[in-house]
Amino acid sequence: MSKSSIPESLTNSIGTESIKMSNDIEKGAIRRFAEAIEDNNPVYTDEEYAKNLGYRNVITPPTFLRSVQTNPLPEHIKSPYSAVVDGGSVWEYFEPVCAGDKISTVLKFEQVFEREGRLGNMIFLIKITKYTNQLEELVATQATTSITYEPKKED
Amino acid sequence: MSQDIYFEDVTEGMEIPIIEKNPTTQQLVKYAGASGDFYQIHYDMEYAKNNGLPGVILHGALKNAFLGQLITDWIGPTGKLKKLEVQYKGMDLPGAPVFAKGIVSKINDNNTVNCDIWLETDNGEKTTVGKAVVQLPTK
Repeated sequence: MSKSSIPESLTNSIGTESIKMSNDIEKGAIRRFAEAIEDNNPVYTDEEYAKNLGYRNVITPPTFLRSVQTNPLPEHIKSPYSAVVDGGSVWEYFEPVCAGDKISTVLKFEQVFEREGRLGNMIFLIKITKYTNQLEELVATQATTSITYEPKKED
Repeated sequence: MSQDIYFEDVTEGMEIPIIEKNPTTQQLVKYAGASGDFYQIHYDMEYAKNNGLPGVILHGALKNAFLGQLITDWIGPTGKLKKLEVQYKGMDLPGAPVFAKGIVSKINDNNTVNCDIWLETDNGEKTTVGKAVVQLPTK
């Protein structure tokens, strides 16, 4: 078995969580997000329409929680490589998120592994964000994959 | 906006109505502001080129949002999106249309269905692929 490029400090940190952060879900922020993705579904902007569907207020588009902040993980939880690309996301949804909600976020360092590819040795970091509302309901989770590599120097 | 779609109406292999998006540099700036993702490769041409890119590129998460809308437009107000999974396979540049597409891949017995979803360019390249699980109302 060849030597791993993953520092031991990283492997030893699997399972580490960030300090919880509370975020207010603002109606205007939902509107701006819906406008930015050019999704004109009235459930994101029309309070009456959303309430008629049984929601507390307008709801958020599926990927809106991307804009909700988390506290960072401890500084040593990072790849030794300087370049990073977003590999993708896995979202799971349990409850709607509405304007006026307070959403707490916790970011967890879930997994690290490496692979050889066209960018050379790549270290994959998987992090999971858990989103909980003011009723202590888990509303969603998002697992993200960051692909890190060392850029080749051009002569 | 679509009509309500019922679990009983869905069959394996059924196509999800395509949505077309025409992202512009202005949209990338709006998305940067709305999402808080200010990585310069999405709005600073010189920065993007110095990083070996052909120009500014779409945020992966914006493409994720397009695929979210593909599903929410299809299932309408009574369906529920339970899971949305995306993998980024290629870059997309503003100024070119992208098409969000999908098919029903599996019918489950708990009123949920699995879908294969993807984002395709004008010449048929799949730059983002993924899966969705939705729960649908019954008749």
